[in-house]
Amino acid sequence: MDNHMSESKPASGNPGPDKIFYDALKNGAFRIQRCAACSRHVFYPRMLCNHCGSPELAWVDASGNGTVYSTTVVRRKPEAGGDINIALIDLEEGVRMMSRVDGVAPQEVRIGMPVKAEIVIENERALLVFRTDRSPA
Amino acid sequence: MKPSGLRGSVAIVGVGHAGLGEAQGRTEMEILAEAAHDALADAGLGLRDIDGLATASVSATMWALPVAEYLGLRPSFVDSTMLGGSSFVSHMMPAALALNAGLCDAVLVCYGSTQRTATFGRKESVKVRPLLDPQPYEHPYQPALPVSAYALAAARHMHQYGTTRAQLAEVAVAARAWARLNPEAFMRDPLSINDVLAARMVADPLSVRDCCLVTDGAGAYVMVRAERARDLAQKPVYLLGNASATWHRQISSMPDLTVTAAQESGKRAYAMAQMKPADIDVVELYDAFTINTILFLEDLGFCKKGEGGAFVSGGAIAPGGRLAVNTNGGGLSCTHPGMYGIFIAIEAVRQLRGECGARQIADAQTALVHGNGGTLSSQSTSILGTEAVL
Repeated sequence: MDNHMSESKPASGNPGPDKIFYDALKNGAFRIQRCAACSRHVFYPRMLCNHCGSPELAWVDASGNGTVYSTTVVRRKPEAGGDINIALIDLEEGVRMMSRVDGVAPQEVRIGMPVKAEIVIENERALLVFRTDRSPA
Repeated sequence: MKPSGLRGSVAIVGVGHAGLGEAQGRTEMEILAEAAHDALADAGLGLRDIDGLATASVSATMWALPVAEYLGLRPSFVDSTMLGGSSFVSHMMPAALALNAGLCDAVLVCYGSTQRTATFGRKESVKVRPLLDPQPYEHPYQPALPVSAYALAAARHMHQYGTTRAQLAEVAVAARAWARLNPEAFMRDPLSINDVLAARMVADPLSVRDCCLVTDGAGAYVMVRAERARDLAQKPVYLLGNASATWHRQISSMPDLTVTAAQESGKRAYAMAQMKPADIDVVELYDAFTINTILFLEDLGFCKKGEGGAFVSGGAIAPGGRLAVNTNGGGLSCTHPGMYGIFIAIEAVRQLRGECGARQIADAQTALVHGNGGTLSSQSTSILGTEAVL
């Protein structure tokens, strides 16, 4: 087999990036991809770097540090679960993800707030959420 | 053929709609057929003249097939590109290319939805969408899409530029003022800024009055080559420019929540039309949420980035204001059956023909039609004009 071809072609038949991400999360690890070709981080997990197109994506531990880029409160009746926070978090590594900020009331989350990732279990699934760095008032 | 070679080569010669508001007892296909019939009658053509078809559906993946079957068409040109609500604006480009290439002679662009009254309506559709179109890095947070995505965009715009809820409310109030001049609009009661601010919150900072209606509705238009358009019943409305752009699908992948791909689609459409914002007499844009109007007026060059809130204040886009925007009342007050793009095209055509009665913009010769799909995901801009501006 041509070594050059097997190095550059995305691996097939092994666990894909979605599964690798989630399996790590289940085991308490927040890992994201970093492109070996252009050095940028990638989120959400995928087969090809969305910046440069390279398949050479390696997994690294995310620091978990982020900043709130935007935030909203989805208003729901109490019987539907009550109001919840939805936020967009800019990770220190330069990627953005949707999540929510726990530990403060949904409407108290502010753009620019420093936050830290935390893995919780919800509906029997691992979920990445964020908490404010500040201690409770 | 360079894009500018398409300028003025095709025209919309018939428009129609049906089932606006509540189409109780009718299916989406039935009201689509009614709208198609009205558009064809308007054009002085029949179904037998149609040999090109463009349509899209939120739920049915092969939608062009059942539409062709129902109407008895055998189209030599079919486009079912589904980009969300911008689709019926983006369809103008492939339709124009097909007509210019002689693949067909008359294209029917059409849409219908009964999301308000159908048994499997909006609520049910929203529930199954995560299964049909998974977003595994957003859905687990239960974000109530699409409204929360637009709320996030509004919140960021307020943070970066100081845009206020009152300025967002100005958009809703202006749309309602236009709707009060439109007998076909769904919501025509008076609406004040305070009414919008006091309305039930849906996703902060958006209240229910910052959000588009949930109605039924179908629309259609017919496009032919320019030479033929001149022989038909109605005053032709020519396609001068069209371009579409998409930079993301999910709000979490949008590079900058205050800048949409309308910057790109607008730039390319203006270039093709050889026009600039100051040349536009009337603007019909997809106001799914009040923030949309502010973002698109900025990104389409009617005001500077960040100044959209000030631009829409004081009734500036309401009847009698400085710029006519969404003269039918928009998705906010006229109609919104799930995908609104066809209705902005229809209203623009009617304005340029002088058919809009109390809401008519005097001597309107040019119109900009801007459609949006998904969560600010797909943007499509068309520039339409009368014979006088060819």
